[in-house]
Amino acid sequence: MSKESIQNPQPKIQNLNRRHLLGLSGWGAEEIQLVLQTARRFREVLERPIPQVPTLRGTTVATLFFEPSTRTKLSFQLAASRLSASTVSFSKSGSSVAKGETLKDTAQNIEAMKTDLVVLRHPSPGAPHFLARHLDAALISAGDGAHEHPTQALLDLLTMAERFETFEGLRVSIIGDVAHSRVARSNVFGLRALGAEVTLCGPPTMLPSHPAGLPGVRTTSALGDALDGCDVAMALRIQLERQDEPLFPSLRAYHAHFGLTRAHLDAHPGLLVMHPGPVNRGVELESEVVDHERAIILDQVTNGVALRMAVLYLLAGGGAEDEGAA
Amino acid sequence: MPGTRLMSARDLGRTLDRMARQIVELITPDVPAGGEELRNEELRNNAGSPEGRFGEGRGLALVGVQRRGVHLARRLSGKIREAEGAEVPVGALDATLYRDDVGAAGGASGSGAAGAIRAIRATRIPFDITGRDLVLVDDVIYTGRTGRAALDALMDMGRPASVRFLVMIDRGLRELPIRPDITGRTVSTLAGERVHVRLSEEDDREGVWIDH
Repeated sequence: MSKESIQNPQPKIQNLNRRHLLGLSGWGAEEIQLVLQTARRFREVLERPIPQVPTLRGTTVATLFFEPSTRTKLSFQLAASRLSASTVSFSKSGSSVAKGETLKDTAQNIEAMKTDLVVLRHPSPGAPHFLARHLDAALISAGDGAHEHPTQALLDLLTMAERFETFEGLRVSIIGDVAHSRVARSNVFGLRALGAEVTLCGPPTMLPSHPAGLPGVRTTSALGDALDGCDVAMALRIQLERQDEPLFPSLRAYHAHFGLTRAHLDAHPGLLVMHPGPVNRGVELESEVVDHERAIILDQVTNGVALRMAVLYLLAGGGAEDEGAA
Repeated sequence: MPGTRLMSARDLGRTLDRMARQIVELITPDVPAGGEELRNEELRNNAGSPEGRFGEGRGLALVGVQRRGVHLARRLSGKIREAEGAEVPVGALDATLYRDDVGAAGGASGSGAAGAIRAIRATRIPFDITGRDLVLVDDVIYTGRTGRAALDALMDMGRPASVRFLVMIDRGLRELPIRPDITGRTVSTLAGERVHVRLSEEDDREGVWIDH
């Protein structure tokens, strides 16, 4: 206990004073640390002979995915079942119905089904905020357009926290199509709240046009500059399916300028490599880098279920801690 | 501010000494006539054997309920080591995830008024509980709900040979049929009162107090 207290101090707050997780914008360090610490407890639960607890028995979690996703959706569903919650799943092609109308219809359906927690992925930025206003249920964003993907960022933070003693002064470079990445935005908010230094790196076409909207970050288009003195390099996925308006000349050219290679790892002996997956081998990361011991991509996946259990748990209650004497 | 003191640090120490002896008696098979010396010798002999009550891989173990039950369990283990020369392993259990006042079960579903969320503390049981004689250790028993949650949590982790329940303070007012096997002190309380066991590992003072 005493050893652990040093490594992972008990968060100063006992519960989230929030109904929803729509994004990490505006979240404070204590709130994030509470989520991370709770997720560490659930990592232990997942190692038990019966990796399930009855905590959310009688709770219903609805997963609504208006965008294709396998891993995030499975991760949420597994997290819910490990907590003994029941899950219902909506998937919509969304092509035939106007978005506003669809969401409002969906909201009414969710109301009628008496769900307690709603997990939403939607191509429109702000869709979770819209739905949250129309529902009594707690809403968890699983990604909205190019806006935010808060649970991905939280599991990234959990993975980093396992490797470094503190976020204070930690240097993280996020490399790739930053401007269109919800993963990058959520990570910037989370990392900045915890005191890390963030560098955004990519071709000028992929860097945010208004970095002022992401306070306290540095931008560069030189990979060497981004890796200099860097602790964690987080490569973003190049969305091959979204290249209708090319942002770079060719994949080969992208890899030549922004792909992480074995040579980079050799030149920066402390550097850890992360990636939200799925990796395009030979594009964002050289194949050898993906399999390198300093690539902690599979740790990220492992942490996904525990982190999402923590979010479901913390948002399922919403009451205040009763520090009563047994 | 501390309310009325029920037990001093010395009271706590003496009570722990007595409870450590009770644990040993509880799990020791019928002692043949001949008394203390023979029994101790038997315990020492058994200490090294896998069949013994203090044996490796089975036998006696203490499981403290977070937070202060863990400290009490560690102290009891230390006292048994001093008195019997036997090493009794200690685990830490957090039963929060098994409580009946957390999540949907603790409040109206879908209304946003579900049960209180509590911080989860570490569960670390560094031994297989299956086949062991466990003593569950907590600081206070009140409604019995924590004890029920802790038992359910334990049962999901294995199949102990037996589970006994030890508490420092039994303050009555049970809501479930849960009863401690070893009690430090029984105190009559009212529902609005609060009983605080304070331990130096966790707090800036040591003893038991009641707030009226």
